[in-house]
Amino acid sequence: MCQNCNLDENQKKLQEVFDKYKDTQGALIPVLHEAQEIYGYLPLSVQEAVADALEIPLSEVYGVVTFYTHFSLYPKGKYKIQICLGTACYVKGANNILEELKKQLGIDVGQSTKDGKFSLDACRCVGACGIAPVMMINDDVYGSLAVSDVADILKKY
Amino acid sequence: MNLLNVTIDGIKVQVPEGTSVLDAAKLANVDIPTLCYLKDINEIGACRMCLVDVGGRALQAACVYPCSEGLKVITNSPKIRDIRKATLELILSHHDRSCLTCIRNQNCELQALADKLNVRDIPFDGAPKGLPIDNISKSIVRDNNKCVLCRRCTSICNNIQTVGAINVMERGYETVVSTTDHRSIADVNCVNCGQCINVCPVGAIYEKDNTQAVWDAIKDPDKYVVIQTAPSVRAGIGEEFGYPIGTPVTGKMVGAIKKMGFDKVFDTDTAADLTIMEEGTELLTRIKTGGKLPLITSCSPGWIKFCEHEFPEFLDNLSTCKSPQQMFGALIKSYYAEKNNIDPSKIFVVAVMPCTAKKFESDREEMFNDVDVSITSRELARMIREAGIDFRSVEEAQFDNPLGEATGAGVIFGATGGVMEAALRTVYYILEGKRINEEALMPIRGTEGIKEATLKVAGMDVNVCAASGLGNARKVLNMVKNGEKNYHFIEIMACPGGCVNGGGQPIVPASIRNKIDIRAERAKALYSEDKRATYRNSDENPFIQKFYKEYAGEPGSHKAHELLHTHYQKREKHLKNK
Repeated sequence: MCQNCNLDENQKKLQEVFDKYKDTQGALIPVLHEAQEIYGYLPLSVQEAVADALEIPLSEVYGVVTFYTHFSLYPKGKYKIQICLGTACYVKGANNILEELKKQLGIDVGQSTKDGKFSLDACRCVGACGIAPVMMINDDVYGSLAVSDVADILKKY
Repeated sequence: MNLLNVTIDGIKVQVPEGTSVLDAAKLANVDIPTLCYLKDINEIGACRMCLVDVGGRALQAACVYPCSEGLKVITNSPKIRDIRKATLELILSHHDRSCLTCIRNQNCELQALADKLNVRDIPFDGAPKGLPIDNISKSIVRDNNKCVLCRRCTSICNNIQTVGAINVMERGYETVVSTTDHRSIADVNCVNCGQCINVCPVGAIYEKDNTQAVWDAIKDPDKYVVIQTAPSVRAGIGEEFGYPIGTPVTGKMVGAIKKMGFDKVFDTDTAADLTIMEEGTELLTRIKTGGKLPLITSCSPGWIKFCEHEFPEFLDNLSTCKSPQQMFGALIKSYYAEKNNIDPSKIFVVAVMPCTAKKFESDREEMFNDVDVSITSRELARMIREAGIDFRSVEEAQFDNPLGEATGAGVIFGATGGVMEAALRTVYYILEGKRINEEALMPIRGTEGIKEATLKVAGMDVNVCAASGLGNARKVLNMVKNGEKNYHFIEIMACPGGCVNGGGQPIVPASIRNKIDIRAERAKALYSEDKRATYRNSDENPFIQKFYKEYAGEPGSHKAHELLHTHYQKREKHLKNK
């Protein structure tokens, strides 16, 4: 009988990723990247599968997942909002933009709205310090932001 | 080997290639302050306390900077002192500085460093971390408000023990030593070995304190309070009272405990002798009847939990013998109670152990209520101080009888290879009718992590192995699994070096650990007691002989099994509750 028959589509894809990196040193981060592409985020069950496949402690996987803002423990929204809290954006008042986003969306950093439309994350420097403060919604970049811009931008989505 | 010429503060020394500046400085008798550094365990240059000038643009961390030919190092200058001090002030800025009530008050490496660097003011007012204290585990308490992120604990947990219960989580200011999903240490794969406690420079990890429960029992006139002390306690507790490492203080310790109000002061070693009788019999039975081999010892509760999480396929290999701590409790509440006409429900058994996992063990449902409270060597030392007893001037005393007569075989349980040696002394005698030549047992003495020997017993080659430290246990079990090794008998101790280096032993600061091997020194104390003992084989213990004659019949009997044996359970590999 097929070994993978009782696995769902995503589990099969994840198994392929494990097979691909089977003999690679330092495979954790690339494996997590691909796992997140498959699932959209990295729930504990996926992290456990990664730990078992790479034969490393689950705590090590969790440590790496929580270190990089790219990796998410929660499902992301259809529109992923990333507000830059790097030094330049921060001194230009990115914190106030973040507060306004939280107020408008009713969620905290790392969360998604109930309808799954938006998710909110803080990130460190998107490389556009010249137009600080900056946020990105999926691939759209919004610069030189003021608190009053937030509501109008969100309406576009 | 290539020798390099280096100059440390003007002092010329020759060092082998690969030597760090920190080690070279030691040769030159130059003291460089460190905080995160712990020899062989954590050498990562994280805390920046050991910054030195190596002539380059930036100061370098001496603990990880390798010497090169002709290197000139300056370890102390106004600039270096200023930078070190500012770094320490930043570490202190958000450290919970409740030193007076801290478990590590006066035994804190951060406190000592602040004094050494003459920090008298903390100019940076950091936001308090306000993190919750995790005190759900039976063995270990974690207080991240005290943590300095040195990573010694995560290093020993991951690299030496290969448990990986804790790691560094999150990032930046939120960085924290934690578990997966920030769960309680009780709800992950922690085995309670407590090695993290022994390496923590501050009071961020410590044992669950049970001293009040002991005082309460002593105070209760209805309770018959019995205390037992494990072999390794006598080899370590002297350090709490200023004795050099490796000083056996059995007489002083018993004398001090006798002043505290216990009804009886007994020796766990007697139960260790009993363990040997049962485990030796189990080994012989398994060999004779084709039972599951290798037989693996079950005295170390840290190892047991590790096996339950990581190697459930070996659960049937574990000896079904309870550990000496539990056998002792079972014995007191049955045989001893009956003989002395005491209601077992009134007996309160306190165990003093070099171990934090023993707390978890005494609480296991499989162990009934054999032992009421298990405290560490450190907790006993605290109680002695609290009772106003001047340990050093106490008159030496002897354990109470009948459970105070133990043999040298019981004493050496505390060192890696000791249980194996004790068992082989008796098993050899049963099979050969004469005592084993001690020389044959030398390969399983010493502090190496994995030791092997093959002994000729009754015309058979018996292959034995002793492993200490769970990373070494993992290696041995994988070799057995792959068929690379064919052992009959394996001793596994969770802590590197065995119980003498247990997670409940006195904490030795890095400044001393970096210089001497505490495992070897404390083990010497045990072997010296063994040498002096009247009886050196468990089967010679008069109490044990009486116990079987009057009560249990013979080792491995039905009654012995009921009282002295147990079973184990498979546990989730990662998280207790999904």
